[in-house]
This record gives sequence, C-alpha cells and structure tokens, in this order.
Amino acid sequence: MTDENPMLQIIDLHKAYGDHEVLNGVSLEVTEGEVLCLIGPSGSGKSTLLRCVNQLEGIDDGEIRFAGTLMGYTRKGDRFFELSEGRKAAQRRSFGMVFQNFNLFPHMTALENVTEGPVHVQHRRRGTAVAEGRALLETVGLADKRDFYPSQLSGGQQQRVAIARALAMRPRMMLFDEPTSALDPELVGEVLEVMRGLAREGMTMMIVTHEMAFARDVADKVALMDGGRIVEYGSPEQVFLHPAHPRAQAFVSVLRG
Amino acid sequence: MTSSQTAVAPTPTSAPPRTRTFVPRRHVDRWIAGVIFAFVAYVVVDLLVTNPRWQWEVVGQYLFSPDVIAGLGKTVLLTVVSGITGLLMGGIVAWFRMSANPVLRWAGAIYIWVIRAIPALVILLFIFFAAALVPIFSIGIPHLGRPLISFDTNALISQFTAAIAGLTIIQGAYVGEIYRGGILSVDRGQYDAATAIGMSRTKAMFRIILPQAVRVIIPPLGNELITLFKNTSLVFVIGYTELLTTVQLIYSQTYQTIPLLVVACVWYLVITSLGMVGQHFLEKRFARGQRTTAKARRPRTQLAEEAMG
Repeated sequence: MTDENPMLQIIDLHKAYGDHEVLNGVSLEVTEGEVLCLIGPSGSGKSTLLRCVNQLEGIDDGEIRFAGTLMGYTRKGDRFFELSEGRKAAQRRSFGMVFQNFNLFPHMTALENVTEGPVHVQHRRRGTAVAEGRALLETVGLADKRDFYPSQLSGGQQQRVAIARALAMRPRMMLFDEPTSALDPELVGEVLEVMRGLAREGMTMMIVTHEMAFARDVADKVALMDGGRIVEYGSPEQVFLHPAHPRAQAFVSVLRG
Repeated sequence: MTSSQTAVAPTPTSAPPRTRTFVPRRHVDRWIAGVIFAFVAYVVVDLLVTNPRWQWEVVGQYLFSPDVIAGLGKTVLLTVVSGITGLLMGGIVAWFRMSANPVLRWAGAIYIWVIRAIPALVILLFIFFAAALVPIFSIGIPHLGRPLISFDTNALISQFTAAIAGLTIIQGAYVGEIYRGGILSVDRGQYDAATAIGMSRTKAMFRIILPQAVRVIIPPLGNELITLFKNTSLVFVIGYTELLTTVQLIYSQTYQTIPLLVVACVWYLVITSLGMVGQHFLEKRFARGQRTTAKARRPRTQLAEEAMG
C-alpha cells in the first residue's frame, strides 16, 4: 500500500430503494488524514452514502475500497461474492460512526457505553478498556459524567459520549452523520469543538453536515451532493466561492443568503 | 431574586404567605360510588356469611388436606415447568418470526396462526390422544427404510408430559408474540449503533436490544404467566390430577361441590397474588436508566441556572 493510494475509495456507487435512485453513480476518494465534508439538500443521498461506506446499507452496484480492500464482497474473476456477517462486522471495525440521534445505549452509563465495544467486541481486558474509556471521556470533556445514564445528559453531552464510544474502537476513519442536526443551537458548538480537535490530531473523517461555517473551516475537501450524485467537489474555497455546476451555484447562493 | 430563577429552582427555599383561600372541588361522584359499592360489599358479605350452603367448615377441612395440597403442588409444578419451557419456546418462535431467513419467518408465522386459532382445550386433547393418530413415534425420514429411533407413543405421552407439551406449545405462540412486540419497540438506531461498533446480530440482540426490550416485555409476560397458572386447570380434560381435578374428584364423591370449588379459588387467589408481587419487583429491577425522569431533568435545570448566572 503506497502513499498515493487513497484510504477510502468509492467507485461508481449505485443504490436504490424500489424505483427511487438514492445514489446514482457516486465516485469519491478520501486520503489518509483528510477531512471530507458532504453537503447538499436533504434527500440528496449524503447519509445513505455514509451508511453504505459502513455497510449499514447494502449497495446495488459499484465498489467501496478501504485501504485497498474491497468492502462487503470478495472478488473472484468478474464475480463479487457477498461476505458473511462476521466478516462484514470485522470490516466495520475500521470505521467509527456517529449518528444524528446519538443512539447511545440507554441502559448503560456513559462509561459503559464507551467500553462496550472494546470489552465485548474486541475482547480487550476490562481494566485497560475502562482506563482508556475514562481518558476518552476526559478528551471530550465529560470526565465527571461517566456514571450518568444517557437520559441524564444533554444532547451535546450525549453526542460527545457517542464520539468517545466510536473512538474507543480505535477506528482508522470516523464517519459523522449530521452529528449536530438534532441539537439545540447552544449545544452545537461543544460537539463541533470535539470534532475540530479530532481533525487537528489527523483523524481521517467523512462528515455529513449542514454546518457550513464548520465545513469551510475544518474540511480539506467538500463534496456537494444533489439527486444522488456529486455535483461539486474540491477545496472549501472552490466549492463555496467558485462553484461550477448550476445546482451547486444555487445551493451555495442560498447559503450566502 | 427574579421570578425566572424561582421557577427553575428544584425546591423553593421558603413558601410565600397565602393571600387567597382556595376551596377544593367536592367529589360527589366518589361519594355516590362509595355508597353503591358499600351496598354491594354488604350483599356479598351477607351472602358469604349467612348462606349456610357455603359450608365454610368444609372449606376449612379441605383447604390443607393432603390431597388438595398434592394437587396444588402438581399445579405449581405444571406452571413452573411449562412456564420455563414456554418461555424457551417463545424465544424460538420470536427468533423464527424475526429471522432474516424467510423459511424460518414463514414457519414461525404459520405456527402462531394455527396455535392461536385452535382452543387450548382442543390442543391438549389432541396431544393426549396423539397415540390414536400416530401409534409409533419415530425419528427418521417417513416412508424411507427403518427409522433411527422409535417409541410407542402411548409410553411416551403420559398425562404429565401431554400437559407440559400442550401448555408449552400454547405458551410458545403467545410468549413469542410478546417477545417480538418488545423487540420491535426498541429504536432502530440501537441496531445501527450496535452494528457500527462491530457487533454481530446475535450479540447486539443479547447485549443491546433485549435488555431494553425486557422493560416492555415484562408486564404482558407477567399476565401471560398468571394466565398459564390458571390455564393449568384446563388439563382436567386429560385427567392429570392438579388442583382443579383433585377437588373435582373429591366433590364427585362427597357432593360438597361449592365448598371444594371455594378451596380451589382460595389457592388460585393466593398463588396469583404471589405472582403479582414478583412481577412488581421484576418491573422495578428492569427500569434501569429509564426510571430516572425526575433525575434526568436535574442536569438541564442546573444548566439553565448556570446560564443565568
């Protein structure tokens, strides 16, 4: 595996629900340490694309490669054989995922949420997992909340626990699916701050977001999706200031207000 | 101190002096209901006490008689054994019903359809008389050579095993649907989150989904087990001498029908009450992380207070 190879490579991805084409030939690359923000109107396929990368959704056509390895299938000649659930689960461990609605486990405390994966999926020693979990909760600023249940935490705190839970699996890449969309406005900042910190540390990230200021600030690359395709791709300046595609121009001009 | 600060404070430090006199609404309906039900209670007690045909001394005589206690023991045994096998059967049915495998899904659906359509009494009779239908019970492929193992069905099916098998089969269908309802009540996002940290379907089910579903499952499951306890009386049709069959045998000899039915009722009432107490404690036990609505508000309140300085 050489340096110029992308970490994540999406090739001509297609995905439909019945007659509705959600992804209509998406190709995209994310290199190691890069932050890619996916923006676009709702229903443009951003979240579906993210869920396909993590194999939470199946795909109809195309390929997803992570560090050169084909995800979800094994190729023999010109045929693609679906992998077993166990193999898929193993592949998913390369990714950490953060959801719009946090999806913390409500019957576990913050710390138990964070250590669940390391202890029960990766079978690491409980002592080390707990020590690491505490350190992670400290990085997201929640050291004092580790014994709280999710129902006792604010939305921003829940989302930060969710980020810690994803990081506890030591993923090579983080996927964020509209991490701040369900939050009260005054709680958005604390979550974005944690994500900024991750970007500074060089974590590879793919972020579906409506926070344009954040995207402009933190993203190395921005992809604008519309109707299941990527209509604009480039640096934040290119996409936000000099969009080429008419749909992108319309979307960006609305953002500028 | 502003009024908004008073509003968010968890407990007011001092009650303000009252300037108005509030008169609570009169609950006339409660008085009317009280009078009616006092009358009903009077009639019932009068019937119980003054009607000599209850023969309370006979009730007292048989309540702890060895035969009745033995019958009660068999009822409890039947409930416990078929309760456990029924819970397991329900697990299998729910697993089939919710499987990704369409064959299992169909098998589960057909099972539930058939069992719920046929009266429990008929199922019990069918199993007990299975020997008439299939005289030799064997394991192997039908119409293809000698079976691997074979039994005389009559030897296999006693009254006890028929009762257990019948109650298990009936329980399985209902309990399975209760499990399924509980599992479906858990948010889809929980599957996503469990899958995203690399859990297998099975592990996600046992570590993430079921612990949350239990809260929803326990109340109807408690009802189902109490129903099962009472349904054990149905096995009188196949002559297994549990509590009801025992008192029937006694009063068919002594003709003291009413007092002996009272004996059975007293025991059903006692055991059901014990079951309800158990259910109450189970429900409390599994409310973890959910029961905290009062506590859950506290951090937000603190937040608001901090924000206001």
